Amino acid sequence: MPYIKCLYCRECGREYPVSPEHVCEFCFGPLEVGYDYEAIKKVISKDKIQNGPLSIWRYEDLLPVARDAGIDMGTGFTPLVKADNLGKILGLNNLYIKNDSTNPTFSFKDRVVSVATNKALEFGFDTLACASTGNLAGSVSAHGAKAKMDTKVFFPSDLEQGKILGAAIYGATLVAVDGTYDEVNRLCSELADNHKWAFVNVNMRPFYSEGSKTLGYEVAEQLGWRAPDRCIVPAASGSLFTKIWKGLNEFHDLGLLESVNTIMDLAQPEGCSPIVDAFDQDTYHVKPVRPDTIAKSLAIGNPADGFYALKTIAETKGNAVRVPEPEVAECMKLLAETEGIFTETAGGVVISALRSLAKRGIISTDEVVVAFVTGNGLKTLEVIEDAADPVFTDPDYKSFQAALDVWNKRNL
Amino acid sequence: MSIEVRIPAPLRKVTNGADKVNVEAGNLAAVIEALNDAYPGIKDRLCDESGALRNFVNVYINGEDIRFLDGLDTLTKSGDEISIVPAVAGGY
Repeated sequence: MPYIKCLYCRECGREYPVSPEHVCEFCFGPLEVGYDYEAIKKVISKDKIQNGPLSIWRYEDLLPVARDAGIDMGTGFTPLVKADNLGKILGLNNLYIKNDSTNPTFSFKDRVVSVATNKALEFGFDTLACASTGNLAGSVSAHGAKAKMDTKVFFPSDLEQGKILGAAIYGATLVAVDGTYDEVNRLCSELADNHKWAFVNVNMRPFYSEGSKTLGYEVAEQLGWRAPDRCIVPAASGSLFTKIWKGLNEFHDLGLLESVNTIMDLAQPEGCSPIVDAFDQDTYHVKPVRPDTIAKSLAIGNPADGFYALKTIAETKGNAVRVPEPEVAECMKLLAETEGIFTETAGGVVISALRSLAKRGIISTDEVVVAFVTGNGLKTLEVIEDAADPVFTDPDYKSFQAALDVWNKRNL
Repeated sequence: MSIEVRIPAPLRKVTNGADKVNVEAGNLAAVIEALNDAYPGIKDRLCDESGALRNFVNVYINGEDIRFLDGLDTLTKSGDEISIVPAVAGGY
């Protein structure tokens, strides 16, 4: 059961009752869920978790809402794959891929949306909504359908077709906004003030973002109750990055991990890297940028959690890596060809960052490294259109032999 | 004509529930002063001790983030629409 105590402001510490609010009225700081950790400590154990459902709900004691408060789509407990083929190329003996593209709507967003949906139901909302760079729209639409809620998803109109259809299929109302994600977000923020809608990433944000902690829990559990030496995580707003770190630390504080000395490395694409810019300039003030990247799920120019992401990097002596745009699709192919994992652009960003850190000797050979692959490649087919180069042949034996010879000469 | 400032929900306790406030001022800093004259205390919510906008406050003039303009020195004129919006997480 959940042990949620209050909401509190991350900046000034003021406490608020548990309600669909996300901003401190006094300093505008983001509200965070406060838990009764003493009570959790008394009930939580490795055994209890291991005997729980094979989903994020095995960590229910550390989430702000109960599984039974709403629906369970079977999100989470996704594969942690030992990536020996890619590891060999990069000179890493203990490389793992956390493959979160196997969730119900094929991205890690199901973790946050599962938590937000159940909390929205608990609060009595009948409309579920979001501002999305793509993956969130699909996840909210699916959860809204399952929870029988009215669902409205807002996204920039230039979104990839796969993500638009991936939301449309669930019957949600789609709102294509002629603007950037940051503009969509601003619109939703103003709408959330005046409508009784549960915007998962606006008024439900304190609860929603807690869902990302489960990625940290899972990785530690799947590694045999140990924290990785290094995590490499894609960042847009910076929320996922900070919550994985929070998850590892909660496990440690509750006695489930002996130690946490994880280095947290953050990856952004060159066309939208405001957090990396701030890191390079040695400042905590993130200056917004106008995104222009093929990694549209990471195209947030005004990252709300950039400040906290930078603190996490500093605290863990991590790195912030800016990935050249052409390497995004290249590294999607690299991961697919070595590990059989087809990721979307954000995953390409992570693999490129991983390769860069390995090549520069920043990662040592035996470190336990986890690269987080957060979404499925079928969502962003546009960027790999040139990947297919078939052997064209007539349907007879001789033609095939001849065509294969031509193809081999061209490719080998 | 005057400048219309849209007030986000967390500040409406200070504005006695008003979601729009009209002011006249020549730049954004003066807009905040004018707001504070009408609703004392609102400046403390928006700005830190040094007078700079707080970290998690976003301000837009006619849809443009003032950090792409001249910040608090950005000039304002009658007919402008100003939005005050708390930072909102999304994405990854």
